[in-house]
Amino acid sequence: MNTNSDRRSHTAPIIEINDLTVRYGDKPALNGISFDVYKNEILGIIGPAQSGKTTLLKVINRTLEFTAGTTVEGSVKLDGVDVNTVGDVYGLRRKIGMVLPLPVGLPLSIYDNVAFAPRTAGVRAKSELDEIVERCLQQAALWDEVKDRLNTLGTKLSGGQQQRLTIARALSHQPEILCLDEFSIAVDPITTMRIEDVLKELRAEMTILLVTNLVQQAKRLANRTAFMLNGDLVEIDTTDVIFSDSPGSQATYDYVNGTFG
Amino acid sequence: MNILRKKSTANLPFSETAIELFIRLCGISSILFVFGIFFFVFREGAGFLFNGLDVKEFLTSVEWQPTSLNNKRYGAFALIVGTFSVTILAMCLAVPFGLGAAVFVSEFCSPKFRETFKIIIELLAAIPSVVWGFIGLTLMNQLIIVVFKAPIGLTMLNGGIMLALMSVPIIVSIAEDALKAVPDSYREAAEALGATRWQVVYRVLLPAAKNGLLAAVLLGAARSIGETMAVLMATGHSVNIPSGPLSWIRTLTATIAAELGEVARGDEHYQVLFIIGILLFTITFVVNLIADLVIKGIRQE
Repeated sequence: MNTNSDRRSHTAPIIEINDLTVRYGDKPALNGISFDVYKNEILGIIGPAQSGKTTLLKVINRTLEFTAGTTVEGSVKLDGVDVNTVGDVYGLRRKIGMVLPLPVGLPLSIYDNVAFAPRTAGVRAKSELDEIVERCLQQAALWDEVKDRLNTLGTKLSGGQQQRLTIARALSHQPEILCLDEFSIAVDPITTMRIEDVLKELRAEMTILLVTNLVQQAKRLANRTAFMLNGDLVEIDTTDVIFSDSPGSQATYDYVNGTFG
Repeated sequence: MNILRKKSTANLPFSETAIELFIRLCGISSILFVFGIFFFVFREGAGFLFNGLDVKEFLTSVEWQPTSLNNKRYGAFALIVGTFSVTILAMCLAVPFGLGAAVFVSEFCSPKFRETFKIIIELLAAIPSVVWGFIGLTLMNQLIIVVFKAPIGLTMLNGGIMLALMSVPIIVSIAEDALKAVPDSYREAAEALGATRWQVVYRVLLPAAKNGLLAAVLLGAARSIGETMAVLMATGHSVNIPSGPLSWIRTLTATIAAELGEVARGDEHYQVLFIIGILLFTITFVVNLIADLVIKGIRQE
């Protein structure tokens, strides 16, 4: 495991993961992984199915606890606070924007989808909500397509539009961290490129965790990339190193170059 | 739409054709039964309905004297008011409890408790209505006398509570199914946005399940309107326009049950009871029609 050759270690980490182990019943999902995530980086997380990528994201925003029978050991700190002992779990979740593989448009209007999180956090003023909705839809590159029909159901949009709607929704509570879990599964290549452009701009404002099955997507976007396999963190390093001819592990080279997985 | 339309059956084996025919008959028979019941009820009451009955008096007068020797009166207004008032009271009690219980079972309780709870709810639904009537006649009767200092406990309140207890299991099971049908991804997405569990319920689940919840309430109401034995025993069974929950009342259904055994087949009183049946039919039909229209309206929104 190679976690030390990281060139940005002078900046304070925003997420510190220390010896994290997760089990579903008896079945291990993560085997004692440790790494840091730094402010304003895009961290790509790649690896085949069942390698624990989604589990990792769910531990960070504590949505794993909806799954019965899971045990979590080790610590995940966000801004220096352990997420498993944080008092206000709802406040924690609002620090993290989560975009899931298949877009989940809540059965509400486009406007209400984006205004959902601010409303639950207590924002009531119409003008303030209007402003948040417009800003987030702009950021997610969806505003121009929907500005004239904000009151139609979010679920009526096309798949690619819905995914951008969930990105707008994830941005609506001004998260410090944006987690994207294979967002491009249900999206066509052109929309994928548009969203990737959006992510490049968002990097200036927040930290992005990008779980992806498309290794080229990690190569295009990520500052650093982590390679996971069967619940282990094989390697985390700058994207240049991971995609070079001599990454730290042969398994990484094989996966990135499509020899297996 | 031609429900008898045959598809090409040239290549199907005989058993396949036979099963298809059987299922077709099952479907068609349910329609035939509904029309059949309506036809026979209508036939028994039609003679007097179109020739002799003062329909305006039937619908507006409170004088129900079908057995009087020299002054027969068929005014069903008090019965109509009785049916509606006890149903509305029952729904006021049953809807909050039923929907609340459904939200609790589907969203807040542990899986083990849920199984137990559902068995108990099903048990509650299986209690015969005469047993509810018996509880109303004895236990609830005493309770109302003691609590409200009422002279008699067989009142609209008593019947309303009994009907509420009978409708709650229906409302709970159907509403719980409706909530369970909301995809888990909605819950996870909403919680990932920082919503508390209660915020998830009232901002996402209730709007998403509103069709099913409405159906639950309307089926509960239909159960109340149609219920006979419990209200016959618990409401005092006295023709009266209620002035409050402690008044006694009489319902349309209870009137048919109590009097049909006492009348001579084919005479005026007998026919009037069937006209009450037609009225009940119409009320149920209108309730269902409203439900359909409301649900269609929601869908188009």
